[in-house]
Order: sequence, then C-alpha cells, then structure tokens
Amino acid sequence: MTTFKLNGQPLDIDGADDTPLLWAIRDIAGLKGTKFGCGIGMCGACTVHLNGRAIRSCITPVVAAAGTEITTIEGLDPAGQHPLQQAWIETQTPQCGYCQSGQIMQAATLLKDYPSPTDADIDAVMNGNLCRCMAYVRIRKAIKLAAAASKSSVS
Amino acid sequence: MVRRIVLTVLSLAAIGVLVLAVLAWRPSIAPIEVPAAANFPAPVVAKGEMLAGMGDCANCHTAKGGADYAGGLGLDSGFGVIYSTNITPDKDTGIGGWSEEAFARAMREGVARDGSQLFPAFPYTHFTQASDEDIQALYAFFMTRTPVKAEEKKNGLPFPLNVRALQAGWKLLFFDKGRFQPVAAKGDEWNRGAYLAESLGHCSACHTPLNALGAEKKASRYAGAVVDGWYAPALNAASKSPIEWTSEHLYTYLRTGASIYHGVALGSMSDVVHKGLASMPDADVRAIAVYFDQVNGTPGSDAGLDQALTPLMARGKAEVHTASEPGADLYLGACVSCHYNGGEAPHAMRPELALSSTVNGPDPTNLIRIVLHGVGSKEGLPDGYMPGYAASFSDADIATLAGYLRRTRTSEPEWKDLSSKVAAVRKQLSETP
Repeated sequence: MTTFKLNGQPLDIDGADDTPLLWAIRDIAGLKGTKFGCGIGMCGACTVHLNGRAIRSCITPVVAAAGTEITTIEGLDPAGQHPLQQAWIETQTPQCGYCQSGQIMQAATLLKDYPSPTDADIDAVMNGNLCRCMAYVRIRKAIKLAAAASKSSVS
Repeated sequence: MVRRIVLTVLSLAAIGVLVLAVLAWRPSIAPIEVPAAANFPAPVVAKGEMLAGMGDCANCHTAKGGADYAGGLGLDSGFGVIYSTNITPDKDTGIGGWSEEAFARAMREGVARDGSQLFPAFPYTHFTQASDEDIQALYAFFMTRTPVKAEEKKNGLPFPLNVRALQAGWKLLFFDKGRFQPVAAKGDEWNRGAYLAESLGHCSACHTPLNALGAEKKASRYAGAVVDGWYAPALNAASKSPIEWTSEHLYTYLRTGASIYHGVALGSMSDVVHKGLASMPDADVRAIAVYFDQVNGTPGSDAGLDQALTPLMARGKAEVHTASEPGADLYLGACVSCHYNGGEAPHAMRPELALSSTVNGPDPTNLIRIVLHGVGSKEGLPDGYMPGYAASFSDADIATLAGYLRRTRTSEPEWKDLSSKVAAVRKQLSETP
C-alpha cells in the first residue's frame, strides 16, 4: 500500500511497489490528462510534478511517490487558468495536443527556476519533451508569453 | 631428518594453537533476568536512542523488512557472509540476559556475553573509545526495546576463518583497546567531533580501505573505499572534489543531506544523515564537520570558491549547445531538463555534475547506481527526486553516458572497463535490491 497526495487529495494505491506512477494516475485515479509516450523517460509526455518539480511518471514507481505531493495537469491550476495554459490557448500552441500536458508541466518548473527564461534556458530545460507535430516554435513563444504575463501580474 | 622437521612444525603449531586458546579465552558473564524497562530513566534512554541513531546501529542490525534491531542482515565481509545479531532484549535469542558489564565488554573488547570472540564486522575497534556514560545510555536504550524472538543466522565463513578463537590473533595485530584521548592542542569542538566520529560514529569503518585481513589500513585513514556496493569517498587529501570542502559545506551536507558544491548523500550515508544524525543537536553535527574539515591538518576555505566555480559551471552550459560527443544525445534526452543550470550559482534542485564528488571520484560505482536506480524522494536532499533508468538504458548506454560526463565535466582520467562495471553493478542490484 502506497499513499501520496494527488492534486491535494490523499490517494492509496493498493498494488505492487513498482507499479509506474503513470498507471496509478491514469488507471486508478482516472486522470487522463497525463499521457503515455515512450515508457522509458525519454519523451516527456508523462511529465507531472513531485513536490512541485517536473518528473517523468512512466519510470517512477509508486513507492517512490510515497508521502509526496503529486500534481498533474488537472491540478496545476484549479480553474485551468495557469499563465502557461492561458498562453497555450492564446498562441494556439497545440496541433495534435498529445504531448502538451507534459510540455506545460515541464514549462511550469522552468518558469519557477527561471522566471524570465532565455532561449538557451528554454531549449535546455524543454529538451526532453518531444513534440512530433514540431510545435517547438509556438511552445517557446507561449513560454515567453506566460513569463511576461506572470511578471506583469506580480508587479 | 624429515621426521624431525615434521615434529618441530607440528609442535610449533600445537604451541601456537595453545597460545591462541589462552589468549582467546574470556570468561562467560552470568546471564541475568531481563531487567524491567522501568529500571532505566527516560532521559538516559533518550540519550541512548540518539547515540544509536548516530552510530547507525540499525543499518546493520535491522534486516530489510525485518523488526528493528532484530538482526539477520547478511554483510559481505569479503571472507564470507556474516549475519548481524539480534540486539533486542529477548532472553533467548537477543541480549535480554546481558548485564551492563557484558554489554560494555562487547562494546569495548569485542567479546560476547558467553566469552566467545566477536568478528570485527562489529566495529568494537571504534566503540572501545566510547565513554562509560554513552555505553550506559546505549544499554538503557537497547534493553527498553520490544524484545523480538529471532534466531541467529549461521554465518557463511569458511574454515578456519569461522573459528572465533582465531580472532584473538587478529586483535593482537590490529586492535588498540582504549578510551578516546582528547588532543589538548585542539579545541573542545574539534575534540567533541573527533570523539563522535572515531567512537560510536565509526566513520572510518566505511571511509578507510581495509587490508587483506579486513583491518583498516592505518596509513590510509579516510582515503576512501568501496563498501557494500558503494564507494565511500575519500575524506582526506585524496578527495577528488573539485571545490574545497569547508566546515560549513560539511555541516550543511551532514544536516540536510546535500551540499550544492559537492552533491547528495546516498546509500547508507543518506541514512546516516536522515535517520542517524537527524536527532543530534546542531552543536554535535558542527563538531563532526569541524573535525573532518581539519582531517588534513588545515581547515578548508571559501577564498577561491568563485574562481573555481565559474569554469566548472561553464562546462555544463557549453555542452548543451555543442552536443557532438558520444553520449551527449543520451544526456540531452534524459538528464539536461533537470541538470541544466542557466544561473551563475549552483542550484540545489539542478545538481551541477561538474562539481559532483560522484562524477569526479575515482570509482564509477556510485554514478552507475544513481543512473540505474535514481535518487529516492527521501534520500539525498529531501523533496529532490531522480528516477532510475535501469529499464531505459542498456549497459552500453550507461557506460557511454558515464564516460561522456567524466570526459566533459571533469579533469580526471577516464574510468576503465565501464561496460563490464555497469553490468556487474546491475547484476548486483538485481540480486539485492
């Protein structure tokens, strides 16, 4: 039995310790926003937050999440209005959309560390999040828009 | 002539055995009725609990998934497996029948209650230095634990190494019995740190290489050693850390589980920090830091810190944009999103691999273990977490990645035979998770 908080709610997982966290999120908690991509932590589609930082949930066993706070795209902002989500809509960033929840969760950690990210910061931190539609140019634009919006809302 | 030689050899051997038998003989100390927990004052028990934590007794005396302090953990001594014993106060299978005198003799001399010699896998070689009050507190703590019935497991030592009496010979060669002697020229803080580290802390049991007979090499104190499938880094001048350790870095590392200038505590060192030292007062942790800071004679300094940091941190940044080296693709796919640092100063949650003791160290074991199994959310720096890539990367991938990091982040010589090393570590971890 593993217990952690998922988007603020306690969740008990009654399964093998090495069950991937992604399975628990999608199949047990039923939150389908987080996607399965490569299954080996190399594409970023499964990105969620553990204690507020982006991690790959497909290669994270549930036992590693015991006692932690897990946040998925559904919990990033209660109203779905995180500056990154607003910027994603504003710039019409997604094409097929499959990788986008992972992109947004990774970008949220990027902005936490680097509130005004340079192109180099974005390229490096977002490098592990693949997009087969090649929306990279719009992803970078949306991150910069969200950074600017976050700053103006703070000031 | 042959007959005379044979006779001489035989009689010398017989005399040797006799001498050893005399040397090894220790009286049995009569068993006592298990003392009632109420006999031990609560503050003494509490002190014992703190000391047992600092000495990390549980690390060896608690088996994986087993009851606390009930023993049964197999330790690879290099000569065969030795199982830790049950130190709960169970009358039949634990130390319930041990008087304080018997307990103190075991701690100070490595002799069990029944008079038999203990193996130095139990670090009495260090505990001999402990104070009477500290041994008394430990006794109070262990005698007030819940008794657990757990039979002793049979050690896997081959003959004649399993003959306990032979330990008397080992002790003659390698055991210096005696209390901790303060060094008058050093201050109280240094002496307190030295006492904690050298006695119950037994830090050098892991951080000092052993000789062929399993004793710490006195000439190589704190020179680093491979133990229990981890490399315990050098704490003396042999340290490969590219940034000079200071007492402040050591204090932060021992208190929090990480130093942004050196890396995170993993393996049993993570337990030392998060379980062992966690209940120790700040002053004691500082004292240990002060002691190790001066283990080379002079304290470390931050004077050259900024000049040293700039070129080291530039290595990580440069590699992101000139990814032509073999292994760079693996790093960019799996590592850079967390390990990249766009700032000027090291970032606790974006560990700088050029500063890492693991990447700079002489042995690749720790880096391989981290890539395979990651860093748990309760290990190292709390809240930080790294997944393992055991199922993602082949042995060849990990060897390439480790070689790449070594080449591009450090000035140290290449690690040899990385592929076979990765295979060996993976095999070992799959057998004992």
